[in-house]
Amino acid sequence: MQDYFDREKNIEKTRNLVGFVPFQKASGDLYSSLGFKCGLEVHQQLLTAKKLFCRCPAGLYFQPDDFEAEVIRHMRPTLSELGEYDGTALMEFKTKKRVIYRIRKETTCTYEIDDTPPFKVNLEALDIAAEIACLLKTNIVGELHITRKQYLDGSIPTGFQRTAIVGIEGSIPLKNKEVRIIQLSLEEDSCREVSDFRHDRIFTTDRLGMPLVETVTYPDLLNPLEVVEAGQYIRFLTRSTGRVRTGIGATRQDVNVSITGGTRVELKGVPKISLFPWLVHNEAFRQKALLEIRKILLEKFKGKETWRLTSCNFDPERLNLPRSHTRAYGKEPLSARAVRLPGFEGMLSFFTSPGKSFSDELSDRLKVVAGLEKPNIMHSEDGVFCENKDAKDFLLSKLGSKKGDALLVFWGPEEDMETALETIDERCLLLFDGIPNETRKGLPDGTTIFERVLPGPDRMYPDTDSAPIPIERSYVEKIESNLPVSVNERFSQLDAWGAPQDVRTYILRKNLMPLLQKLNLTYGADPKFLSCLSGHYIKNLEGKSGKNFPWLRLFEIFEYMESESVEFEKIRDVAKILIENPNMEIDSLFSLAGFVKRQRDEVLSMIPELRKNFSRIRKSEKEDAEKRWLMGKLKSFALGNIPLGELYGEIIL
Amino acid sequence: MDIYKGYRGLSLEVLKKYNIPVWTDALVKTEKGDFRGIILPRSVNDDDRHIVLKIPNGYNIGVSADLVTGIEDVGYKEAHYKIPEKEFPFSPEKPGIKLFGTGGTIASRLDYRTGAVIPAFSPGELYGAVPELADICNLTTEKLFAVFSENMGPQQYKTLAVAIGEEIKKGTQGIVIGHGTDTMHHTAAALSFMVQNSPVPIVMVGSQRSSDRPSSDAALNLIHAVKTAAESDIAEVMVCMFGPTSDKYGLLHSGTRVRKMHSSYRSTFRTVGDIPIAAVDRDKITPIRKLYKKRRSDRNVEIHPFFEEKVAMIYYYPNMMPDMIDSLVENGYKGIIIIGTGLGHVNKPLYPAIKRAAEKNVAMFMTVQTLWGYTHMFVYDTGRDLMSLGVIPAENMLPEVAYIKLGWALGMTDDLEEIKKIMLTPVCDEITEREPYNGYLIFQGGIPEVEDFLSKIHK
Repeated sequence: MQDYFDREKNIEKTRNLVGFVPFQKASGDLYSSLGFKCGLEVHQQLLTAKKLFCRCPAGLYFQPDDFEAEVIRHMRPTLSELGEYDGTALMEFKTKKRVIYRIRKETTCTYEIDDTPPFKVNLEALDIAAEIACLLKTNIVGELHITRKQYLDGSIPTGFQRTAIVGIEGSIPLKNKEVRIIQLSLEEDSCREVSDFRHDRIFTTDRLGMPLVETVTYPDLLNPLEVVEAGQYIRFLTRSTGRVRTGIGATRQDVNVSITGGTRVELKGVPKISLFPWLVHNEAFRQKALLEIRKILLEKFKGKETWRLTSCNFDPERLNLPRSHTRAYGKEPLSARAVRLPGFEGMLSFFTSPGKSFSDELSDRLKVVAGLEKPNIMHSEDGVFCENKDAKDFLLSKLGSKKGDALLVFWGPEEDMETALETIDERCLLLFDGIPNETRKGLPDGTTIFERVLPGPDRMYPDTDSAPIPIERSYVEKIESNLPVSVNERFSQLDAWGAPQDVRTYILRKNLMPLLQKLNLTYGADPKFLSCLSGHYIKNLEGKSGKNFPWLRLFEIFEYMESESVEFEKIRDVAKILIENPNMEIDSLFSLAGFVKRQRDEVLSMIPELRKNFSRIRKSEKEDAEKRWLMGKLKSFALGNIPLGELYGEIIL
Repeated sequence: MDIYKGYRGLSLEVLKKYNIPVWTDALVKTEKGDFRGIILPRSVNDDDRHIVLKIPNGYNIGVSADLVTGIEDVGYKEAHYKIPEKEFPFSPEKPGIKLFGTGGTIASRLDYRTGAVIPAFSPGELYGAVPELADICNLTTEKLFAVFSENMGPQQYKTLAVAIGEEIKKGTQGIVIGHGTDTMHHTAAALSFMVQNSPVPIVMVGSQRSSDRPSSDAALNLIHAVKTAAESDIAEVMVCMFGPTSDKYGLLHSGTRVRKMHSSYRSTFRTVGDIPIAAVDRDKITPIRKLYKKRRSDRNVEIHPFFEEKVAMIYYYPNMMPDMIDSLVENGYKGIIIIGTGLGHVNKPLYPAIKRAAEKNVAMFMTVQTLWGYTHMFVYDTGRDLMSLGVIPAENMLPEVAYIKLGWALGMTDDLEEIKKIMLTPVCDEITEREPYNGYLIFQGGIPEVEDFLSKIHK
């Protein structure tokens, strides 16, 4: 092994080997050449008064440090219905986490803390789920079977999520293709995580048990933009029911990514659809990188049976660890291990994602599986460790390292060392197989970190606490006859209105179409005007003020404008006042907006006098200077009293 | 073998029509689309109009039988639900512990007949599921019965007592009994009377969440119980179950003072009218009570496996009619435990019936509905009247314990004087001389100091 390893050069070299290009520079056929495939899982909370399996209120949140009592649990793997252990379950068990739930009586009863069996399923939620299942054109099941899906990460105190399939095999239309839907399920939401430090994971139970639906698509999405389009479509579709929750955390997407030769990797909890392209793009290349590593290793070794790491204990004092590397352990005595990775030179700093290399995969797993807080490793391909020549040389000789090997050290309390070593061994061996089935967490910078092993069908178990619920054909037919307009029809409607493209997202996300249509029908308001009013002007107001616009008050305002013969353009000024004062009386709104009722002639009669004034003060030689100046002077008098277009017509007469 | 397990009516007809047995991997075609999956057995209590499929991602769904237009056989996959069995390791320095299985959720598996969980019990499985047990002891197991706790009765009590006696004579260091929780305190009382002067701990244990759930209390309860049996110096019949609802520690309750107090909470078992004997966690056993029977090295256990089945309990309610008692007497009952109001009362109209019962030599003992506190039948006339009619106050014996004890006493003798003597002479705390002031604690939520306790201490 050489003394000095040029990390930067290796990253550069391996990035080129992988053929990485940033998303912005990716060409259209890049994804087909990678064999890129994506499927989506969209979670949408339903707007119900109560939770799914108990009678606690839904949608009530508290700050994580605002709690009244705590409950502690541990999770143990159990068998699936077909008698198999799930891989994730076994890994989660290795982590030996103590899970602490913070509870408040307003949002939590004995059901959430798993001290009582479930109550009958919330029929309101089932109703909404069935409606969404119909919109997705799925085959609705004849009987709902509540199933337990194991989650041993502690996010649900029972250790499983109660979930049921409502419909299977549907489709949604995108611009250029149909995307197939695998299923729509109705399930209970999980806890919100407060912290995860060492062997303690803290959750708060307010969100736990709220009803949500999960829409799962087939991996039919073949480039990042299709992923965005499908994500938006499903979001608009669920919102078109008007019976789903909105706001932070109400819609959450998981993306499943694979490339040729790879396996399905799930990117979890992606908060924003706009982040999708970067995440899936980078994930595709991470998989490509792992496949390249595999190729290299298989050239060096016959197979994973012939590769074996060796390790030794040593005194962590030798590492001169800075305080930042040991702070997590307080005063606990520390141990350290050094690991020789035969033939791994160049692998630890092998590029995987922008700013990341394979050593991050090891570090991520040590944190999750062994509970070693980051930074938790040093190795022969990072600068810091190489500077500590004494320690390095000592360990190299102790382990009998050879040229072409890599060396890695980690430290922590002795009780975690064995699991940590197993974790390193396991992850390295997985390189020979290719890409491990993982759930990874998406980060705002477009990269991902390991969260857990991807669970399979073995984690499913029938819920023995609840009986199946028949879904009668007549019930489904009733829902089918009352479905909201489909998202694609909405698109065409907006086009027919002459609405600009950029208002679509806002209007459909907020499910405003029914409201705008009603305003158009009742008051004859111009639909293009309405779509711009909401999709540009009010969207902007909301963005600036950070407040939600009280949409339903628009009816009252249009009613007033109609009866007082106020021109609709005045609504902009009123909206500005209204968003800050959502409960203000209607008269006050209009007077604060500076509206004084004037006759049309009164306004027009001001023109001649103003023209005179203008000719006196005129400076500009431009032709339309007078018109513009007049419009400016008259606008405030005219708004609401005379359409600005008409006023302009009078001025240029 | 029933190849259409659990199906009946229309759904059975449909499966038969296409010749599709359960566990077939099938493509079910319906008027409303196709469904692919493994045909699962159906619970007998479910309706006859649906067919259950496990679809490839593990979910179960039901398909309406009346919409089925065809079923194609694609393959076959039968489930083999089995916890990986590993031989329990033997270490010569560790104590030998015997685990008796009676059923209950401490070890259970799925029952396709009812869709519920049924008890399963195999020694190797236990080690496979709770490997920590091997750090504590050398475990041997024996499955005596496989019944839900509500089906435990006198026959099982006697069999269990005899089996325990034999095991102790063979030299075991401790006994653990896996039991359903619903009637665990009945069995605990029965064993307290039938197995006397045990030199080793006898620990009953169960779980409130079945062991097929990841956050089940089964494993930790079992670890606590085995630790108690192996290491504690308490040679009594005890119930070992969660102290708080959290995975923190278990409590060891005296077999005659314990009661299940909540239908579903993990911390459902409470010592009533006294304090628990000790607390147990993964690391240690901490005595709470000062006095208890100590472990000994001799093998001088006494087994008294007797029980008269013609014993009843009546829970008094206002307006109870005398025929309630008359009918028991007419049906040949030899003993009645009355669970009276307050200090131990019933209404006047029952007097003649009680008198008739006494004349027929029916043994009658009074316990209280309040659960906490003693019968005090001298305080009011009613109490004195009842005593003169032949009802004997059973001090602070819990109603269920009094019932078990009376059955046990009547199993040994018909002599009413002798019965009275047996009933009122405590064997192991079923009657205590004193009630400590902290033996009655039912906290009232909402009160500031209780909320403070909940937020700071109680986890």
